[in-house]
Amino acid sequence: MSLLKCENVTLGYEGKEIVSNISFELNKGDYLCIVGENGSGKSTLMKGILGLIKPYNGKIEIQSGGVGYLPQQTILQKDFPVSVNEVILSGCLVKHRFNPFYTAGDRKAADEAAKKLELYDLKKKCYQELSGGQQQRVLLARALCAAGELLILDEPAAGLDPIITNELYDIIDNLNKNDDITVIMVSHDIKAAIKYASHIMHIGVSSCFFGTKEQYLTTESGKSFLGGDTNG
Amino acid sequence: MDNLLSVFSYSFMVNALIAGALISVCAALLGVILVLKRYSMIGDGLSHVGFGAMSIAAALGLSPLSIAIPVVTISALLLMRISINSKIKGDAAIGLISTGALAFGIIIVSVAGVNTDLNSYLFGSILSLSDTDMALSVVLCAVVVLMYIVLYNKIFAITFDESFASASGIKTGIYNSVIAVLSAVTIVLGMRMMGALLISALIIFPALTAMRVFKTFKTVSVFSVIIALVCFFAGMMISFWLSTPAGATVVAVNIIVFIVFSIIGFIKTR
Ligand SMILES: Nc1ncnc2c1ncn2[C@@H]1O[C@H](COP(=O)(O)OP(=O)(O)OP(=O)(O)O)[C@@H](O)[C@H]1O
Ligand SMILES: [Mg+2]
Repeated sequence: MSLLKCENVTLGYEGKEIVSNISFELNKGDYLCIVGENGSGKSTLMKGILGLIKPYNGKIEIQSGGVGYLPQQTILQKDFPVSVNEVILSGCLVKHRFNPFYTAGDRKAADEAAKKLELYDLKKKCYQELSGGQQQRVLLARALCAAGELLILDEPAAGLDPIITNELYDIIDNLNKNDDITVIMVSHDIKAAIKYASHIMHIGVSSCFFGTKEQYLTTESGKSFLGGDTNG
Repeated sequence: MDNLLSVFSYSFMVNALIAGALISVCAALLGVILVLKRYSMIGDGLSHVGFGAMSIAAALGLSPLSIAIPVVTISALLLMRISINSKIKGDAAIGLISTGALAFGIIIVSVAGVNTDLNSYLFGSILSLSDTDMALSVVLCAVVVLMYIVLYNKIFAITFDESFASASGIKTGIYNSVIAVLSAVTIVLGMRMMGALLISALIIFPALTAMRVFKTFKTVSVFSVIIALVCFFAGMMISFWLSTPAGATVVAVNIIVFIVFSIIGFIKTR
């Protein structure tokens, strides 16, 4: 069953096209990694999929109840008063149709997400007083709470230390394999992308590739990426 | 003790105390959202638009609220839209609209020879509160408090991270509009007592003061309301005894409490 379908999608800001004519389809349980240079429009495509910006052209169909989203950057007012727990819990709102209050189940889910990302001891702390990497983990935990069927992560490993990065990849892999959650991840870590993903999208300035991992490895850009990585 | 109770022997004073306390609560709650979304200046802009609208109403001989509430509500929706869409020009646009409306209002008041005191619009007057103001304050406060409690989690999500909230399926546009409308009504009702130049203090101060010491969204929300009420009653009592202008005295108390909380916050983090 197709969970997400993009047909000839063109996105941009203020009349300027950033990504044009993107078509692809994802099924439930797929793991898509999106790679490409800085400024090629990866984050823009994520925003389009989430409906945060409207496509100029084409159609985006998404058949999913809960979408967990990790933005690339969250710009906050400096002294925003908020505890780690309040941030993580807000991920649970996705599942709420009518009940405006958090349930005991929500609190449990938030605690579990916090434990997975080693945040449980920081639960009561003020979000602003954490380090950049810890903040990133809090936002990830929030995304995990929200991810019913689809998890969209925009450079989740940015700012994380290598140990947490590997744990993070395992957590995501687990969610994908065991809980059948579809994952779309923007990443510059092409090695990890090839290790975990089932599909790869490479957004270039002029062309765009979408296919399975195996297909990607036979393309020019796939070879050059791999070659660049192992030799350098 | 006699002195303390004599405040309540004036019916205008009782009106002012009740309406003012209710409006302080609304302003404090909405203030938490507006300050954290960096829309504090919208409150200031709207009060000036309110001043312009009330001058027109006075010149035309209409009831001030009947003109001011719709005009300020529409301006609030417009300003909200401007601040969301064009981040760079947002505060400049607010500056344009607010000073423009202020100038316009002053011209109308002086040219049309409106006999209502210009002072009472600019600096507020507790004598200007009618029974309609009272009734509207009660309704407004009920709506704001109920909304804040029932939609608390969604309001937090939108204030904290709007893109994540809309990705979660929360209709952020509707919530922003509701907040804009409620802020507009709060400002129009509050400015009659506090004055066009001072009403935004009721919105900004309690939230900022609470943020000095408290570090979670929930505690900041609760304590801005408490701070707002304490400052309001203290300010009214002081103004009654010293015969100082009510609005300005309430703001002065807010400043003192802000300084005290800043010191407490500073000591706590050391
Ligand atoms: N809000 C915006 N308004 C106008 N232009 C924007 C906006 N956000 C991004 N752009 C432009 O769109 C282009 C693509 O940006 P995008 O953030 O999608 O790149 P990216 O592929 O995610 O890059 P990175 O690897 O650095 O995260 C850039 O040229 C950028 O200048
Ligand atoms: Mg990006």
